[in-house]
Amino acid sequence: MHIDQTERRYIIFALLLVGAFGIAIAISSSAYSINVVRPESQIDPKLLTTPGATAYDGFAEPPENRLRELSPGRYEAYIIGYATKGWIWEPEELRVPAGSEVTFYVTSADVTHGFIIQNTNVNMMVLPGQVSKLTTTFDTPGTYNFICHEYCGILHHNMYGQLIVE
Amino acid sequence: MYKTANRLTLWNLALGMVALFIGGSMGPLQKLEHVGINLYSSLREIGIASYYQGLTIHGVLNALVWTTFFICGFLTYATVNSLKRELSMPRLNIAAFIVMVVGLVTAAVPLLGNLATVLYTFYPPMRASGFFYVGLTLFVVGSWMVGWGLLFTYRDWRRENKGEKTPFVALASLITMVMWQFATLGVAAEILFILIPFAFGLTDAVDPQVARTFFWFFGHPLVYFWLLPAYLSWYAMLPKQANGKMFSESMARLVFWLFLILSIPVGIHHQYTDPGVPTGWKAMHATLTLLLFVPSMITAFSVVASLEIGGRNNGGTGLLGWIRKLPWKDPSYAAQNLAMILFVFGGIGGLTNASYNLNVTVHNTMWVPGHFHLTVGSAVTLSFMGISYWLFPALVGKPLWSKTLGLWQSWTWFIGMILMSNGLHILGLNFGVPRRSSLGVAEYLQSDWQPLMIEAMIGGIILGVSGLLYYINIIGTAAQKKKLEEPIVMPVAEPYHPEEIAVQPAWLDRWRPWIVTMIALIVISYGPVLFDLISRYNPVAGFKVW
Ligand code: HEM
Ligand SMILES: [Cu+2]
Repeated sequence: MHIDQTERRYIIFALLLVGAFGIAIAISSSAYSINVVRPESQIDPKLLTTPGATAYDGFAEPPENRLRELSPGRYEAYIIGYATKGWIWEPEELRVPAGSEVTFYVTSADVTHGFIIQNTNVNMMVLPGQVSKLTTTFDTPGTYNFICHEYCGILHHNMYGQLIVE
Repeated sequence: MYKTANRLTLWNLALGMVALFIGGSMGPLQKLEHVGINLYSSLREIGIASYYQGLTIHGVLNALVWTTFFICGFLTYATVNSLKRELSMPRLNIAAFIVMVVGLVTAAVPLLGNLATVLYTFYPPMRASGFFYVGLTLFVVGSWMVGWGLLFTYRDWRRENKGEKTPFVALASLITMVMWQFATLGVAAEILFILIPFAFGLTDAVDPQVARTFFWFFGHPLVYFWLLPAYLSWYAMLPKQANGKMFSESMARLVFWLFLILSIPVGIHHQYTDPGVPTGWKAMHATLTLLLFVPSMITAFSVVASLEIGGRNNGGTGLLGWIRKLPWKDPSYAAQNLAMILFVFGGIGGLTNASYNLNVTVHNTMWVPGHFHLTVGSAVTLSFMGISYWLFPALVGKPLWSKTLGLWQSWTWFIGMILMSNGLHILGLNFGVPRRSSLGVAEYLQSDWQPLMIEAMIGGIILGVSGLLYYINIIGTAAQKKKLEEPIVMPVAEPYHPEEIAVQPAWLDRWRPWIVTMIALIVISYGPVLFDLISRYNPVAGFKVW
């Protein structure tokens, strides 16, 4: 097949370019652990709040106890998204001290939602039947909105909560 | 010349244009809503109950209906005129069109009745009226039948022209249609096995993760179904319109084959943030996506080289002087060249989206509509408008009503899109503003988003005006008395190196190896992960939440 000299060079350049991008991605996800969600155990959305019914007992706690301190400065938060309770995250507010590392476990009691925390790398879909888990560290004090970013019904735009870093 | 094909093309174009008119008119309303000017309450009377119903109409009519009708029409015309042969089974193609229309009407009734406000991605367990899914299925089946009609025509052409090479335009059209047949299997499986039984109450639960995976099996090649007809025009037609030649015909063929094999096994790059999909599969699809970027890079090179030949033939000199000698006064040309420029930015943004973990910085934020209005909203839609500036006159036998209006339309689309897309991109990237949200009334709205929202709104209004200019011109063309002095023929560029055609390797005109490779790649990239997800099938109940 005839390929023009310049075009040939250009194609080699294109291949090297995507190769470099691939390497950059591999490095950023392994060395800096900037990561995407990975599968957790599946869950029955009807039994989320029944103690002992799922592998994640955090969801069965009353909303005010869904933030747990595992060790100094390390937390886990269990958050349930509801369209059917008026488009809310439960709990709607979390407070942690600056420098905390928080692991979020998020699931849905009804339809598909999305979970993004502004100014962080936490961004994941939230599906009924699945648990979405990501960890991040909050160094700067302030208010971080966690917003539902997948259409989930007529008042989808009201679905958000706040994480306050003190 | 080819009466049935022409008439079908015209009908497809016309319905596509109607769809874009209705769907597109929602766009400026969305932008106004974001800055607090809510016009939806006055739309209640005409049956649009909410921002989200409007957005569903916008997505379905623009992304699915306008594109598919236009493509079915354009590729029918392109295949027939390239093979120089009328459709072999005209009744099949007529039936195809009827099935598409019946499907559209069946889906439109619940859509307009606010019974299917599920957006154009219809993720379960939201449950729309069953007729919405039935209608979409028929619409897709109709588009399959268009492809079958073209393939039968091609088969007969081959019989009649033993040993001849398939002309590039026909080959590219057919590759696009064949890719579509395989791509839509994903959404067909989702709708037939999961959503229809669910919507009609035969099952009361579905697994949203499995459904999403089938959807995106289709969802990514869908974007290549939109894009390849535009590429076809850029490769083979635009250089002719610019008085140039096709720089590298063999490369163009290779590029289309690469799209055939690589369009489908990359769908999981839309699911990087999905909880249920194992990361290994995400990484594999990310790698294939990077490879898929290469044929687009080649396209950029070849097309620009072909246009440069034209610019130089027109007397352009120097490193960049040829650019001014391109036919910028021809609206069909200008629209498509501007579309290509916007696509450069769309492509770069797309690469960002595709970059695995980088995706978390933009996923489902306003960046994403910023991105795809450059691609489907410009590279595709503005190119199709540009194509229609010669194709529509060719079909109705009347000259384009106003070239000046066409130029204004092209440039206003370009400028409006730059403003809107720039605003949306930054809103998403810097502020994490979510997409698909009635932002004007959202409690989390922040005042520092306002300048960008206003910029995007101004862009949206300019786009709306541009759309109106387009329809004025099309209606003016159809309504005028003037007739074409001589018929318009499909522009097809000659190869720059005719000698290369003679030595073209045979595998560039052979279907079997490519189809086998495509199927193998699909099986490897989707087989195990679909098996895994289905074996963990975890059904959940359905809801109507609008
Ligand atoms: C008249 C010019 C247009 C304007 C002002 C406009 C505006 C918008 C805006 C602001 C959104 C985001 C809404 C949100 O996420 O809440 C949107 C979504 C969208 N637009 Fe457009 N648009 C226009 C034309 C087009 C065209 C020509 C196409 C494709 C052919 C298109 C396809 C889409 C799609 C697929 C969505 C996503 C819908 C969804 O999230 O479900 N738009 N548009
Ligand atoms: Cu939500």
